[in-house]
Amino acid sequence: MKQRSPLSIRRYLLPTLIPLLLCSCGRDPVDKGTAGQPDDGVPQILHLGNGAEPKALDPHVVTGVTEHNIISALLEGLVTEDPKTLEPQPGAAESWSVSDDGTVYTFVLRSNGKWSNGDTVTAHDFVFSFERMLSPGLSAEYAEMLFVMKNAAAFHEGTITDFSQVGVRAVNDYTLEITLNAGTPYFLSVLNHYSWYPVHKPTILKHGKMDELHTPWTRPGNYVGNGVFVLDTWEVNKVIVVKKNPLHWDAKIVRLEAIHFHAIEKALTEERAFRAGDLHVTGTVPLDKIEKYQQKSPELLMVSPYIGTYYYLFNVEQPPLDDVRVRKALSMSIDRAAICTYVLKAGQLPAYHFVPPDTGGYTSQARVTYDIAAAKKLLAAAGYPDGEGFPGFELLYNTNESHRKIAEVIQQMWQKNLNINVVLKNQEWKVYLDSTQQGDFQVARAGWIGDYVDPNTFLDLWITGGGNNRTRWSNSDYDNFIATAAATSDAAVRFNAFQKAETTLLDELPIMPIYLYVSLSLIQPGVRGWHPTLLDHHPYKYVYLE
Amino acid sequence: MLRFIRSRLLEAIPVLFIIATLTFVMIRLAPGGPFSDERNVSPATLAKLESHYHLDEPLPVQYLTWWRKTLAGDLGPSMRYGAHSVNEIIARTLPVSLELGILAITFALIIGLGAGIIAGLKPNTVTDYAPMSLAMIGICIPTFVIGPLLLLLFALRWQIFSVSGWDTAADRILPAVTLGAPYGAYIARLTRAGMLEILNQDFIRTARAKGVSEFRIIYKHALKGGLLPMIAFLGPAMAGLLSGSFVVEEIFDIPGLGQHFVNAAFNRDYTMIMGTVLLYAVMIVVFNLLVDIVQAALNPRLRLE
Repeated sequence: MKQRSPLSIRRYLLPTLIPLLLCSCGRDPVDKGTAGQPDDGVPQILHLGNGAEPKALDPHVVTGVTEHNIISALLEGLVTEDPKTLEPQPGAAESWSVSDDGTVYTFVLRSNGKWSNGDTVTAHDFVFSFERMLSPGLSAEYAEMLFVMKNAAAFHEGTITDFSQVGVRAVNDYTLEITLNAGTPYFLSVLNHYSWYPVHKPTILKHGKMDELHTPWTRPGNYVGNGVFVLDTWEVNKVIVVKKNPLHWDAKIVRLEAIHFHAIEKALTEERAFRAGDLHVTGTVPLDKIEKYQQKSPELLMVSPYIGTYYYLFNVEQPPLDDVRVRKALSMSIDRAAICTYVLKAGQLPAYHFVPPDTGGYTSQARVTYDIAAAKKLLAAAGYPDGEGFPGFELLYNTNESHRKIAEVIQQMWQKNLNINVVLKNQEWKVYLDSTQQGDFQVARAGWIGDYVDPNTFLDLWITGGGNNRTRWSNSDYDNFIATAAATSDAAVRFNAFQKAETTLLDELPIMPIYLYVSLSLIQPGVRGWHPTLLDHHPYKYVYLE
Repeated sequence: MLRFIRSRLLEAIPVLFIIATLTFVMIRLAPGGPFSDERNVSPATLAKLESHYHLDEPLPVQYLTWWRKTLAGDLGPSMRYGAHSVNEIIARTLPVSLELGILAITFALIIGLGAGIIAGLKPNTVTDYAPMSLAMIGICIPTFVIGPLLLLLFALRWQIFSVSGWDTAADRILPAVTLGAPYGAYIARLTRAGMLEILNQDFIRTARAKGVSEFRIIYKHALKGGLLPMIAFLGPAMAGLLSGSFVVEEIFDIPGLGQHFVNAAFNRDYTMIMGTVLLYAVMIVVFNLLVDIVQAALNPRLRLE
């Protein structure tokens, strides 16, 4: 990593002290809605609360939602999303066709697709980008998103070194052919994930090697994108400003002149800024403010289903949780509806299966139940009648008010319904991650947000040895079902395999689903074209202010 | 005086060395690393990330490399904000925190000295009780209560100031008041005590007997001695103001260094932790030194020691 502004502390500290004593006030004011084209009198500058400072703005390096929100303004994939349904729409590609077996996609790129420096967006740009994403040297954490492509995994792992063997090919400047391992019904929607976004080859190579991490290419002034907006300013921990890209092929329908992504980590601070009118949309809502908004100004509160599940992990190697009857008894004796109604209160729904209902048209037929009598029987069968002799366990969660409340309620439910005692234990985030990864826990809280709208993003977590399978659970039937689903192009066969997999999962219960996430935000009445969507994506192309 | 300063600076070297070493060891002992996340990072990717940041080298090598680079003025790349170096983040955020700290201490001094002197002149009267009660309240109420309260009144209800940000001169007022208030209160109490002690001394009585004006007595004779306890407090106060600005920065959404100081630890951003800790340590040493110099200038007895 190159240092761009090496300066010694001493050289730096003393000179800054002196002018500061004289107090420099009134620097670089952010134009809070003064610029912009007053279409109908309203400046088209959108101010968004965007949580923590993004880790980076390189689509091939980042992993978070905060980063997605900004990068999706700066870059555009082959397809884009419908603002309401998230159905794939033409993006950098104006059309596409699929082979009969669903494994070969041919994209026709538009001839008027432009990078923000005026270069034409070509199929070669995508080939270069996919190679960069998959190159072993870049250490892209989301490289596996591209593994549906033929030989992508092998190239990333270094077993093949010739990228031309990977299933992507520029037939000519405007035709891109992608070959998949198997028919992948969610392929088009996964193209909206930033790991599939193109980057501008000359820009990347100007600032470093193709697979060099964190070069200055993402700085304002350097960043060349093909998105609806271009990067204007980046003030760490303060604001990232993007301005309308006049060269974008669809620029004529874009009404926003600029978007300001404010880095506000604390929900209460963000809510105050919203109340003062400084933000149009917030990234979240403080838990204890939800009820107030529900009662006093429900029109400002946007609660929408989010593709994510909150659940508890069981370490199936640790007694007494190695006994499936104990796990079932624990799951059967908690009242999920009560947790949603009395603890969470924001419209979350109880989760009776792991994949959120209607994920890409799939809803699990298997369900966990709430049945105290049956739970008691199971516990007795496991050797602990009425909780007698139950050794107890530790319930681990990362330090957080909401996790604590839920853990306390569940602790009480188990105590009341099964007469067993569990100990609550909280750990700071990174410690908690370490404990769960090392298997140093008995029961732990967890959550999973889907990367794309398909059951696979949830169900492939629990395959044997899966990187995210911290339960130590292993079931060969389950692995086979997931493999079957991955290998077929037939939607019916695929969903059938998922149904069987989820039935197995809920029968064995290495995890215990608790509730389904919602996405929460506050939104000013004048914001138009901002719809609740399952992935909490809001294509900015369609957003405007009134 | 120069010898005094030089010896104090030399003393600072082992202090900084020990702080840096302890920090280096402690952050490596803490469970978790900079790249752990809810979504698992594959072992191969993790290995590459670690080698990118040289975390795969033996600890003593890393430690020596860190010193070598730091002494050359390079604190390394941030492990969380990969696109930015620690130097760069400090260069952007330190001026903000310093400005906030200096404004806060200025506010604290004006309020504290004013209230302390007034109270000390007429002890056990209304002009003593009123500012001292206020000071007690100022000490007791933490900033995370004062801050939102001020915002509620001045920003949301009366809309005199904006609710967050660091753009205009007016944006500085509420954060500086919030951060400075408890220190102002301490200073008021210290000044009052100092003034009371001095005003009862013989040389003041002599001055009064000679018919020196009250203003001159306070300004010329009493203040110099009366301020000594307050000045001793300023060094640690300055350090507290800078590192304690985290809460205020969060409440008012100020892009200062305090947030990085705290969040770096949560993120296990090793380079950022080392950089901010060392920087704060240096600042504390410097402020204490400045205070010592001022004290020595005001108090001849100290100079002789």
